[in-house]
Amino acid sequence: MMSQHPATWGQPTPANSSFNQFNTFPLPQTQRGQSSHAHHGPVGHTQQPLVTGTSVLGLKYDGGVMIAADNLASYGSLARFRDIQRLHPLGQHTLLGVAGDMSDFQWLKKELDALLREEDALALTDSHPSLSPKNIYELLSNLFYARRSKMNPVWNAVLVGGWDKVKKESFLAYVDLLGTTYTAPTLATGFGAHLAQPLLREAYEAKAGIDGNGPLLTKEEAEKVLEDCMKVLFYRDARSLNKYQIATITSEGVDISDSKSADTYWKFAEGLRGYGAQTQ
Amino acid sequence: MALYHNQPMAHAQEPTAAPIEHRFNPYSDNGGSILAIAGTDFSVIAGDTRQSEGYNIQTRYARKVWQLTDKAVLATNGFAADGNNFVKRVKQRLEWYEHAHHKPMGLKSIARMIQTMLYGKRFFPYYVYNILGGIEEDGSGAVYSFDPVGSYEREACRAAGAAQSLIQPFLDNQIYFKNQQPEPGSQPFIPGNLPLATVLSLVVDSFTSATERHIEVGDGMEIYIVMARDRTTDDLLGEGKLQKGMEIEELGTLGEGQGERTFLVRQALKRD
Amino acid sequence: MFRNSYDSDNTTFSPQGKLFQVEYALEAVKQGSAAIGLRSKTHAVLLTLKRSTGELATYQKKLIRIDDHVGVAIAGLTSDARVLSNFMRQQAMRSRMTFGRAIPVGRIVQSIADRAQTNTQEYGRRPYGVGFLVIGEDETGPHLYEFSPSGTAFEYYAHSIGARSQSAKTYLEKNFENFEDAPLAELINHGLSALHDTLQQDKSLSLHNTSIAIIGPPDAAIENLGQSAAAKRGNFRVWENQGVEELLKAWRRSRGEPEDGPQEEAAQPPAAEQAQSAEGSENAPAGAPAGGEDVTMEEQ
Repeated sequence: MMSQHPATWGQPTPANSSFNQFNTFPLPQTQRGQSSHAHHGPVGHTQQPLVTGTSVLGLKYDGGVMIAADNLASYGSLARFRDIQRLHPLGQHTLLGVAGDMSDFQWLKKELDALLREEDALALTDSHPSLSPKNIYELLSNLFYARRSKMNPVWNAVLVGGWDKVKKESFLAYVDLLGTTYTAPTLATGFGAHLAQPLLREAYEAKAGIDGNGPLLTKEEAEKVLEDCMKVLFYRDARSLNKYQIATITSEGVDISDSKSADTYWKFAEGLRGYGAQTQ
Repeated sequence: MALYHNQPMAHAQEPTAAPIEHRFNPYSDNGGSILAIAGTDFSVIAGDTRQSEGYNIQTRYARKVWQLTDKAVLATNGFAADGNNFVKRVKQRLEWYEHAHHKPMGLKSIARMIQTMLYGKRFFPYYVYNILGGIEEDGSGAVYSFDPVGSYEREACRAAGAAQSLIQPFLDNQIYFKNQQPEPGSQPFIPGNLPLATVLSLVVDSFTSATERHIEVGDGMEIYIVMARDRTTDDLLGEGKLQKGMEIEELGTLGEGQGERTFLVRQALKRD
Repeated sequence: MFRNSYDSDNTTFSPQGKLFQVEYALEAVKQGSAAIGLRSKTHAVLLTLKRSTGELATYQKKLIRIDDHVGVAIAGLTSDARVLSNFMRQQAMRSRMTFGRAIPVGRIVQSIADRAQTNTQEYGRRPYGVGFLVIGEDETGPHLYEFSPSGTAFEYYAHSIGARSQSAKTYLEKNFENFEDAPLAELINHGLSALHDTLQQDKSLSLHNTSIAIIGPPDAAIENLGQSAAAKRGNFRVWENQGVEELLKAWRRSRGEPEDGPQEEAAQPPAAEQAQSAEGSENAPAGAPAGGEDVTMEEQ
C-alpha cells in the first residue's frame, strides 16, 4: 500500500504498523510473507482483539442487579457494527455483560449455552437445580485463567450478574482475560472503570454507606445512575455509542431492555474553537 | 497527529525492521500487602483486603489470607489470579493427603509441598509471594516465607507485597531487635518470644502506617491468629483486649480438633 | 474351572440371555460382609459389619469418605472398591473445582455405573467385583443409592447388600414406612436392628465389628461433636470403635437389653477365620459360612 501521509507521500507503508493509515481498523499480525529472521522461536498464540466492545457497567440495587452495555462493536476506530447485543442471559437467573473481543464473546456464548443445555438435560432425570450464578462465574474464572495460562487468552472482560435463589441475594462479579476475579456492589470494565465506577460508588455509598449496611438504591434510582454513567461514557469514550441496553436480574428472572439513548447536549460545541464549523 | 498511528518519519529509518510484537502479558500486579509473625505458641498471619490494578481499586474486599488446616494459614500476594489458583491447588493437595493418610498435613510438610509446587512452575512462575504461618508438630509458632519460584525458609517474621519495603524494616527493628542494644547486664534479645498483645499491635501499626504511605494498601485488614493446643486465650478474648473497631471471630475446627484454635480479627483501614 | 461354556468372557451372552461374568461379579458382592443404608427426610445413614481375616489382622474398613457430602459402604473386593471410590473422589473434586459446587449425588453414582457398564460390554475386561451403597446430600436433600457391578444405580428409601443381607431387607421392608419422619437416633436404631438380623445366631454387634456413617444435622445426644468437625457441620462422618459405643448402647436400651451387650462373648475363645489370599481380606472364602464377622480382638 502507498502511504497517504504528506511527509511520506507515495512511499510504501511501513511493515511495522498495526493499524491502517486512517486508524480505522487493525491490520492482521500474521507473519506470512515476512523475511525469515522475522519469526524465530516457537509460534505463540499471541493475538489481539479485532472487533471490540467497550465498557460494561454493573450495579446492585434493592431486589436485584443491573448490567448495562452499549450496542457498538468497533473495528479499531471504525464504528463497525452498531446493533450488537453485549448482554447475554444464561439460564433463568444469570446474565453476562461482555467487553473486549466480540468473536471470543460469540464463542463463549456458544460454549456456555451448550453446557447449560447439557445441565438441563441432566436435570430432567434428577431434578437437581441448575447452575447458580456463582457456579457459572466459577466456571468462567477457571476458563479464563486456563486460557491465559496457555498464553491463548479469551480476550474479554466480563461482568456476571445474577440472582442466587438459595441465598435470596443478588450476585455481581468480574472476570477478565488474565483470569483476574473480584466482586463488589458496583463494577465497571475498561473506560468505565475510570469514568463510571466513581459515579456508581458515590451513588451506592450515598444510601448504603461505606459498609453497605444501609438501604440499597431503588430500581428507579439504579436505572437513573446507570443512564447518567452511559451518557458520561458516550461523551468521553470515543469507542462508545449512544445506544445501549440495561439488563435487570431479580428473583423473577432476567429482563433485557430494548435499546435506548440518553439525551445529550451539544449546543456548547458551537462556541468552542476547533469543534464546530470554523468561522475564522 | 493522533490520527497517524506511526510517527511519519520513524519507519523511513527502519523499513526492514521485524514487526512490533504485541505479546500478550499473562501477568498483572494487584497490590496489597501481607505479613506474618511467629510467637512461642502462636502465629499471626495478616493481610489487607484491597485489590488494585494500577491506579484503579478493583475491589475493597478481596481475600489474601486463607485457613488451610487447623494448624496452618497461608497468605498470598502479587498477581491475584495466580494467588487464588495457587491456593486452590494447595487445598486440593491437602484434601488428597487427608484421603490417603486420614490426618491433616503438618505445617512443615505443607511448607515443603508449597516449595515443590512453586518450583514446578519455575519456567512460567506463579507471580505470588507466599507466607505460611501456623503451629508446628512440637507446638511452636512458625512462619515460612517463599519467593515466587519456591525458595523458602522458616523465620520469626516476614512482610511481603507492595508495602514490604515499608513494613519489613519496622519488623526487623521490633521483632529481630535490629539496631537495639539490651541494657548493660540484662538478658540478650531473642526474636520470636513477644507476647500476643505486642505482636497484634505491631501488625496493626504496620498496616495503618503502610495505608498512610502506600496507595495500594488499605480498605480493610484480616488478621488470623493460630494458637497452639491448650494455650490460654485470656490475652485475646474478653473486654478491652482488642483495639477499638476490631471484630473477632473463632473459626470452627476443620479436622478432628486436636486443640489448636484459629481466630480471625477484622479491622477497617482507611479507604483513600 | 467353568460352570458352563458361556462364562469365559464377559461379552458373550448365554442362550438364556445371561452374562455369566456379570453374575459372578454380583456373587462377589454377596460374599462381602453386610452393608445397610437407609434414609429419612433429613438424614442418610450407612451401617456395616466389619470382618477381620484372623486374630492378628485388623478389621477391614467398609466405609469410605468421598467428599463432605458423599460417602460409600462397600461389599465385595476391597481393591476394586478403592479404584472406584478414588474415581468418585476425582469426580467430586472436579465439580468443586470447576463449578464451586458439590456434585449432585445421583450424578456421581451414575458416573461409576457408566464405568461399570463399559466393563460388561468390552472384550478383555472384567466387571468390578464390588457393590456400593452410596449416601449423600445435595440441594434436593439426602439420598441413598445402590451401585452394582452390572452397571446399574438405583435410589432407595432403605437397602442392604452383602452376606445375609436378605434378612436385613426383610426387616427394612417391614419398617421402612417409619423411616421418612424418624429422628436420627431412631433411624440408626432401625439400621442396627436390620444389621443385627444379618448376624449368625450366636453373634452380636460390638464396637469392634460395627461402623456407622451419617450425613445430615448432628445429634449431640448420641454423637461426640467435640471429636468430629465433620459431624458438627452435618458432613459425612464415620463412627466406629470407641466412637460407635454410645450409638450401640442407645440401640440396646431401645430394645430393653442390657446396655453393655451380651457379656459372655468376651469369654468365648475367638474363632479364627481362615486367612485369605487372592480375594482380599474383605471376603470370606468362597463356600465358607457367610458372616465370619465374629473374630474378637483388641483394637490397635
